[in-house]
Amino acid sequence: MGLLRRLQNHPAFLEKVYGLTHTAVSSLQPLIERIGYERANRWLKGGEEWAKRATFDCHMCGQCILHSTGMTCPMSCPKNLRNGPCGGVRANGHCEVKPEMKCIWVQAFERSRQMPQYGDEILQIQPPVNRQLEGESAWITMLTGVDKVTPKGWVGMSSIPVIGDR
Amino acid sequence: MTEYKSGSRLERVLRSGRFAVTAELNPPDSADPQEVYEAALVLSEVCDGINATDASGAHCHMSSVAICALLTRAGYEPVFQVSCRDRNRIAIQGDLLGAAAMGVRNVLCLTGDDVTAGDQPQAKRVFDFDSIQLLRTAKIMRDKGQFLSGRKLTTSPQLFLGAASNPFVQPFDWRPLRLAKKVEAGADFIQSQYCFDVPRFKEFMKRVRDLGLHEKAFYLVGVGPLRSEKAAEFMRSKVPGVHIPDKIVERLRQTPKEKKREEGKKICVEIIQQVREIEGVSGVHVMAYRQEELVAEIIQESGLLPRPMQTGFDKGQEKVRLRRRKNESGD
Repeated sequence: MGLLRRLQNHPAFLEKVYGLTHTAVSSLQPLIERIGYERANRWLKGGEEWAKRATFDCHMCGQCILHSTGMTCPMSCPKNLRNGPCGGVRANGHCEVKPEMKCIWVQAFERSRQMPQYGDEILQIQPPVNRQLEGESAWITMLTGVDKVTPKGWVGMSSIPVIGDR
Repeated sequence: MTEYKSGSRLERVLRSGRFAVTAELNPPDSADPQEVYEAALVLSEVCDGINATDASGAHCHMSSVAICALLTRAGYEPVFQVSCRDRNRIAIQGDLLGAAAMGVRNVLCLTGDDVTAGDQPQAKRVFDFDSIQLLRTAKIMRDKGQFLSGRKLTTSPQLFLGAASNPFVQPFDWRPLRLAKKVEAGADFIQSQYCFDVPRFKEFMKRVRDLGLHEKAFYLVGVGPLRSEKAAEFMRSKVPGVHIPDKIVERLRQTPKEKKREEGKKICVEIIQQVREIEGVSGVHVMAYRQEELVAEIIQESGLLPRPMQTGFDKGQEKVRLRRRKNESGD
């Protein structure tokens, strides 16, 4: 296991790094806008991919939700589940598909409990993945806002609270 | 009481406060509809809904949507199982409309066992949706009358939406929260994985009650008979997500060979009676893989007959009643 991958077991630290990266990227927005998002995307995605792959086994879905999933990449789940573990987790907490790998959602949940700032975001419902963003820099899609764009039908549903009887 | 979401028989039984029974139909490896009807016949008399599995364990069989269509034609009440493994969002939304058009009123939204669990592990896994996104999409179609894209439907599918729950695998603390997410996404009813560990299930249900989820969705507990300790060992090692405590395996091992089947059935009936007492449990879901003939006996011996609202099946109902009376007088 690489040095950076070990960082995954320090979710509280990574959460802070996420916060800082978020602020840094946001503050660079005027500059990036001048460079042009497409050009910036080309420049940035190599570095982003390297850093995130080394640390999180990032799959470059282009719509990063790491902070909402215990700083654990949900796309490294063989079923690409973004809303929690499937029912096939083995008795030892390992993956149904890859018996040698610990279920990434078992890890995500444990780590989220150590994250005071974003830990509870693991309870939020995540919309379907926009497959068109695969391979793009999530930093740029965050700045342009396309990573938050959901299909029209989805809009307004998540604000409906669960109330009343069944 | 809130108004009906689908008006399905299963929904009506549940909303009337009666303890519901659903059962799993093992789909044939055949193009003959008769085989579906034969399998359905033994189940329909003893349950309120028949689940048509969607290539469970990643083994290909007749498709669940086709089985459901055959069942509704004959007046049966199917539960259409949809997994995210084999189809993308375009195919799934089309199937939901098609199934509703064929009279299907219940859908169970699943992630699905991985392709590696089956006999064609070379297949491409899809998982475009996860089960929660699938549930929410079905809810959007039903309640907003739109596709996920926002495009309008002229008639929305009236579906009673189901989700799965597995309290018996890690991460245990997360399982009730995952259920909460499914209820928020749109689940009206829940069918659980096989329950063989009642103490663990009790613990889980306590959390479910604390979260108030039992008041927002109907929880049906998955149960089923074990043929022998060998079958139990196979299931817990080879079937994804099945947890069987050593105590139960040991009990079967110590039973003489000719009585193992009977003992397996007895264990199942005991579990049904125990979970029935737990607050927040609305029914049971009987899964008897390759032992369909036992389903009727299990349901009868658990004291769950006759089933209500078996409209159009008076004949079958009568048969069950007669059989029951005969058994009682024979005792």
